[in-house]
Amino acid sequence: MTRTRFHQGLDELKQKLLTMGGLAEQAVERAVRAFTTRDVAICQLVLRDEPKINAAEREVDELSVDLLAMQQPMAVDLRFIIACIKINADLERVGDQAVNIAERVMDLVQYPKAPLNIDIPRMASLTINMVRDALNSFLTADPDLAHTVLERDDLVDDMNREIFEASDFAMTHGVETHRDALDTMIVARHLERVADHATNIAEDVIFWVRGADVRHHAQG
Amino acid sequence: MDASIHVHNLNAWFGAKQALFDINLEIADKQTTAIIGPSGCGKSTFVRCLNRMHETLPDARVNGKVVIGDVPVYGKGISAVSIRRRVGMVFQKPNPFPTMSIYDNVAAGLKLNGFHNRRELDQTVERSLRQSALWDEVKDDLKKKSGASLSGGQQQRLCIARALAVEPDVLLMDEPASALDPISTAKIEDLIFDLKKQYTVVIVTHNMQQAARVADSTAFFLMGNLVEFDKTETMFTKPSDQRTEDYITGRFG
Repeated sequence: MTRTRFHQGLDELKQKLLTMGGLAEQAVERAVRAFTTRDVAICQLVLRDEPKINAAEREVDELSVDLLAMQQPMAVDLRFIIACIKINADLERVGDQAVNIAERVMDLVQYPKAPLNIDIPRMASLTINMVRDALNSFLTADPDLAHTVLERDDLVDDMNREIFEASDFAMTHGVETHRDALDTMIVARHLERVADHATNIAEDVIFWVRGADVRHHAQG
Repeated sequence: MDASIHVHNLNAWFGAKQALFDINLEIADKQTTAIIGPSGCGKSTFVRCLNRMHETLPDARVNGKVVIGDVPVYGKGISAVSIRRRVGMVFQKPNPFPTMSIYDNVAAGLKLNGFHNRRELDQTVERSLRQSALWDEVKDDLKKKSGASLSGGQQQRLCIARALAVEPDVLLMDEPASALDPISTAKIEDLIFDLKKQYTVVIVTHNMQQAARVADSTAFFLMGNLVEFDKTETMFTKPSDQRTEDYITGRFG
């Protein structure tokens, strides 16, 4: 093995991104737990830890730029660094969505609960599993696992639509609980965005490992 | 004139040691092709087989077929000199004739070929120096300064002008910028980009970023074998052979 320093840099980049991924995943998990338990204290944890994700984003970007500028990576290494830069941006947005959900929860706890026949915990667990598997596919360089993430995105989209309809119905039929229904609809929307970011991450893993562009249903 | 290069089952030896094994390669007309690979992989031997320079070494042998356009390079009745007139070569170390003036360096090949019309010589010298992007730097000193008085980068462009003066169809460059500073290297690379409009260029380089910058296609050689040949963009972003991937990412060895 030659270019030892370069390959140490690539390992360090992967480690930093995985650490950041762990923080982003934890933020979503906490935000969802705050929603299901209506616990503002957990929301505060999400807000408190967001700067850690933002700091990690800067570190990953800086290291990526350094490796591009100083090491002139080629082929799989070039694809890896490009994938890292894109995954980095997606993870930072996942952190933002967790904060958005936490803020909705802090709002909705002030209002009576709407009688919604919807399953946010199921949507949340699907979404968190997508994030987890996207990160695992990155950890293990496993494009097959990444593909399963892409396939699950439609399910989350469908659930988001169902929740939209149910919230709309609740808002028009219960004036005093409309605020909770509205917040719930927005929480579902944020979860749907998190699933989109997980999908992007999975696509970037496939690009890194296989050199194939599978975005927007392109053939890869 | 078509100056595509067709190489079929090319083998080369130094004495008993085989340096190239069954090389098959199609080099496109008026394109730049880079040859990359570790030291001793046969890349220089390969280009030296294209203009019959390999056979000038003691105990060196070649078999197989090289066709440039429709001319069989190793065909019966084809002289090495006629091939080398069609296929110019630039080496790693600039090698101008040190005592000759800049003008005479460029005109040397033409004069050797019995070309003595002064006005046409003047025109050819100017055209060649313009093509090699050296004209503006030397036009006032053409006959006053010697080739050796120029900087390394200028000397290399002088050698390119000398090669272009005899109007070849193919230009072979063996590590043409490896002895030059970054500015001179950039000038040579820009020049290579312009030259391919008129010439088929084959460049041997150790510098993979250089191959990526200048070449349309890239061939990777390893231990005398052609491992992979593809569009440069594909070679450096998504090579299909693991050995290519390992070499260009520095995992080789």
